Amino acid sequence: MRGLADAALLGAVAAGSVATMPAMVRATWPRRSPATAILLWQALGLAGGLAAVGTLLGGVMIGLPVSGRPTSIAGAFLRARALETAWWHEPGVLIAARGLCLVAGLALLTLLCWVLVAATAGVVNARRRQRELLALLAHGDPKVPGALVLDHPAAAAYCVPGLHSTIVFSAGALELLDPAELAAVLAHERAHLRERHDLVLLPFTALRRAFPRSGLCADAYRAVALLVEMLADDRALRARPARELISALVLFGTAGQVPAGTLAAGGEGDVAARVARLLRPMRPLPAPAIAAICAGAAVIAAAPAVLLVWVWLRATLVTRYQGPYGPMCCLLLPVLRKPFTFGRTSVR
Amino acid sequence: MILLDALFGRNTGRFAFVNRLGELERAIMDVLWDAVTPMTVREVSVRLTERNLAHTTVMTVLDRLAKKGFAMRQRDGRAWRYCPAATREAYVAELMLTALDQTGDRTAALARFARSVSDVEADVLRDALEQTGEEHEGTG
Repeated sequence: MRGLADAALLGAVAAGSVATMPAMVRATWPRRSPATAILLWQALGLAGGLAAVGTLLGGVMIGLPVSGRPTSIAGAFLRARALETAWWHEPGVLIAARGLCLVAGLALLTLLCWVLVAATAGVVNARRRQRELLALLAHGDPKVPGALVLDHPAAAAYCVPGLHSTIVFSAGALELLDPAELAAVLAHERAHLRERHDLVLLPFTALRRAFPRSGLCADAYRAVALLVEMLADDRALRARPARELISALVLFGTAGQVPAGTLAAGGEGDVAARVARLLRPMRPLPAPAIAAICAGAAVIAAAPAVLLVWVWLRATLVTRYQGPYGPMCCLLLPVLRKPFTFGRTSVR
Repeated sequence: MILLDALFGRNTGRFAFVNRLGELERAIMDVLWDAVTPMTVREVSVRLTERNLAHTTVMTVLDRLAKKGFAMRQRDGRAWRYCPAATREAYVAELMLTALDQTGDRTAALARFARSVSDVEADVLRDALEQTGEEHEGTG
């Protein structure tokens, strides 16, 4: 049952990635080096998704007795026939189980791809609407060079990433902040746009949309969103003193107060966490630790892909069918009684 | 390609053209917003005399605005009459609601600088700020 061993290994990778995420949410070291932590988050997300799909697809090999060296399909079959005495080795049961795994794996793959496409489309649409409205309503202001101003008394500052990215301030924000604080906010938003933090966040937005009831997806999204803000804060600190950024954050956070518990999804405590971090700067992680985490992230991200290719190759070799249809043929093996030809190789 | 451009922020050659068109759209929307009754293309042109626009240009831009949903049009004899689909204030409110994350927007299309915090958190933040102010005065 080597095939299933591969699937189990993939399953372990998937479970490991998912199990690491709550620990990553709770950990405090990501706040010391947000960029490294974001990289690890990406790797965990990618590995979790790919490995989950791979586990299900690997289930296509259920009941396939495979030795290390598949000499001939007939030999494998003979051994298989000798072993296949239990009810779960009946052809019908095997086909059903393998089919179920195949369908579930493909369904999960489709779902993951689809939510990514849907999230991207949603983001592109929302941004187009923003840009269209801003073109009609917003105007420039010498107080915030390069940014747009929207005439509204409430305080708001945000950026619209993408094609012709824009930074937007409300008139209320211009009134609330002094020029130094505005410059700090501008530096923060420019960092978002320059480093395309929105792309970093996109997969986690997609996951949150795909599984709206999953607490883990919501937590992961919030954690990465907070790390992205901290990263932009760090970039802003290169050009502006921390004092300006802190007072801008506090003024913004307290400007439009809302009663506790009525906040939109997530965000509670984020401003406080950012302010605390700016007030008491944490030492970044030492270089060896960062290097180790980056190497770990690379291994985690590559593991499911390598395993998937391995499973696929094995399935193709084991069934001795040429071409990319190996795993599909596993599905049919239980009914293959008569000799037949498939592609170039004749199978007995 | 447009999707890719939008995602990766690549600049296409259409920028200057789009910019001029956007400016015209804005001027024409301002005229529509300031008007009391729906206006014909000719009436809009008259309000923009200093721009010296061709009748067909104004018609094209109004047509684009109608397609985008910012203007609505109705038949009046042989001409179309245009009016804004919503007031300027309504559009500003829409932008601000999204900016303040009050719409339950789950697309995360924007990156906001900071959200509003709860009362308890606000007090903690103010205390922290006062402390840093004192520290700076003390050291400086």
